[in-house]
Amino acid sequence: MALKLALRPRLHALDTFAGPHGIDGYLEQIDPLLVRGECRAEVLDVERPTTESVTLTLRPNGVWQGCRAGQFVRVAVEIDGVRHERCYSPASREGRREIEITVKRHSEGLVSGFLFERARAGMVFGLSQAEGDFLLPRPRPESVLLIGGGSGLTPLVAILRTLLAEGYDGRIALLHYAPDPERAIYREELARLAAERPGFTLLRSYTRVPGAGELDGHFSPAHLPEADPCFAKAETFACGPPSLLDAVRGAWANGLERRLHVESFLPPSFASVGEDGEGAVRFAESGIEVENSGASLLEQAEAAGLRPAYGCRMGICHTCTCRKLSGTHKNLITGEVSSAPGEEIQLCVSTALGDLEVEI
Amino acid sequence: MTTATAHPTAPEPPRVSASHIPLTAEQLQRFGEEMDAIRQRVLAERGQSDVDYIRAVIRAQRGLEAAGRGLLWAGVFPPAWLAGTAALSLSKILDNMEIGHNVMHGQYEWTNDPKLSGKRFEWDTACPADQWRHSHNYVHHTHTNIVGKDRDIGYGILRMSKDQPWSPYYLGNPLWATLLALFFEYGVALHDLEVERLATGEIDRSEQRELREGIRRKVGRQALKDYVFFPALSGPFFVFPLAGNAAANIVRNVWAFTIIFCGHFPEGTHEFSEEETEEETRGEWYYRQLLGSANLSGGPLFHILAGNLGFQIEHHLFPDLPARRYAEISVEVQEACERYGLPYNVGPLHRQFGSVVRKICRLALPETEGRGPLGLGAASRRLGGLAKRAFLR
Repeated sequence: MALKLALRPRLHALDTFAGPHGIDGYLEQIDPLLVRGECRAEVLDVERPTTESVTLTLRPNGVWQGCRAGQFVRVAVEIDGVRHERCYSPASREGRREIEITVKRHSEGLVSGFLFERARAGMVFGLSQAEGDFLLPRPRPESVLLIGGGSGLTPLVAILRTLLAEGYDGRIALLHYAPDPERAIYREELARLAAERPGFTLLRSYTRVPGAGELDGHFSPAHLPEADPCFAKAETFACGPPSLLDAVRGAWANGLERRLHVESFLPPSFASVGEDGEGAVRFAESGIEVENSGASLLEQAEAAGLRPAYGCRMGICHTCTCRKLSGTHKNLITGEVSSAPGEEIQLCVSTALGDLEVEI
Repeated sequence: MTTATAHPTAPEPPRVSASHIPLTAEQLQRFGEEMDAIRQRVLAERGQSDVDYIRAVIRAQRGLEAAGRGLLWAGVFPPAWLAGTAALSLSKILDNMEIGHNVMHGQYEWTNDPKLSGKRFEWDTACPADQWRHSHNYVHHTHTNIVGKDRDIGYGILRMSKDQPWSPYYLGNPLWATLLALFFEYGVALHDLEVERLATGEIDRSEQRELREGIRRKVGRQALKDYVFFPALSGPFFVFPLAGNAAANIVRNVWAFTIIFCGHFPEGTHEFSEEETEEETRGEWYYRQLLGSANLSGGPLFHILAGNLGFQIEHHLFPDLPARRYAEISVEVQEACERYGLPYNVGPLHRQFGSVVRKICRLALPETEGRGPLGLGAASRRLGGLAKRAFLR
């Protein structure tokens, strides 16, 4: 590590002399993790704790700057030659170099299915720096309430592990919703921690198996006093499917919202696909948002006063290619429809189906 | 096409093919649809094998470059100099032709891999990648062989078409071509400046500050690397890597020039006018790409080193399909050409290049009314006509 740090500035100076591919172009031929211009991670360990989830331990390269409890990272995996990016909230505690992510397999999920079936130690994935403001405040609050459903539990596990590792002396309560005990991730670890740590209260509700947990049914405000009699004063973190988050927001909608932190993300296959000419097109870098007129994204950008680079306007020269950040686009030439985030798309032959965000 | 719709009772042959190979509007449309179908099929087939292939080529190029630099470092020993120069030449050829040219066309953009992104790729040659993407991907590929629009016709330096008006400057055509071949990377680097339009005052020098700055920076960096940094590593023996690097650049220049000039200038390729290509349909666009390009025959290694531009026709029909697919596509394109009675211009390198050299020499001289230079063609035709008349009488 010390050697790596000492070498870094010198390698940087060498970049000028290495030519157009930089030192990285040669280093990555030796080991893909040696690159200095791109965050990457190697899979160290793969476990399948339940019948529909996979837990990966990733070792990031030296470029990665670490992650705070609750934040998320974008992980890029290559499937049949195409790189797909997904957001995952690590469950690993703050300050740990390795990243632990637990992915729930969705029936139509391309990436989750790939990770569940084919992830193995030694694979190298793309990685982003940590993002997101779903964060534990400093100094630490007096009490913390965590509400999680499904794989939305992972950032809460990161918060819990971080607090416990810090020797936190406030109260922590976790409301955990899962369909049944078999599908509940981190079940054993949470049970063990609840038994060992008097300050940590664990309340589970198995929505399809009444009586199996401490609580029954989906989230309801009645569950809150059972977790923490003074729940209104607790710093609350909720993460899970939209239905859970809507219910939680409803319970907090009386002036207490400032203590409520909510995090949601959905796999793109579950994102709603709008119609031609519906929704809004957002140009991220210029901060302009326009109503989706259904015209090509190039024409819409130009109508909004932007001057993106373009050439042939018929889909052959790739001058106007740029990154789609989110949303569903349709290629006017091939008719192909895709909702994957982080794709390179040709503005001149792409239209938006519903809300869409591009990089320019 | 407008004429055909305006006079439905008396359809004229479409304007674009009037002076070329006549196809009806309907045939042109069907031809376009067939080409679209090929494109669609290959788009759907793209996958892991294409990515594995281009990464293997990149790996080979990086390996050859490292080996070449290493051997040239010890270039004071003649075998090391020869092997090093050869390895570095191959590395530069692979980098420019099969990797750079194809990646920058966006052939691998569908992978979403930043290392294979057409917009981010930079190559080992004097021309800045972003300027090349403009002059090549857009100007040349959209307006292929349209005299007055496609600046690859003669690169603003040579006379490669009869439709370029002759001037005494073009007497130097063979000399300029030789110089362009030797220093091709600089010719390409200056390409986007449109020097010929600067000279005529069509564009203003002051608008090009950014372009010139980009070229200066890239040329400087390349020179620093090839002619200062790596030679300096050999200390007192700096002259050996210096000479080796220069030789590798020239080998790559001549090779790239040869392949590229065989793409559009051999005998039988067609040029088009701006008028006949106005409001072109998709079918007509494919038709122009086909008639304006020529292929080279050769083995798999030849095609890799040529960046698969030996399949120039397929490349122009489908510039953003992975180039390694052109070989299989060419069978279908050739079959379609036979059915439509369209020419499919293909020949071995020596024949196609020989034909390009003859064209460069022939067009150095002005045409008189006849076909040949110095009116010889016209004169001989006139003689023939006289003889015929005499006999008929």
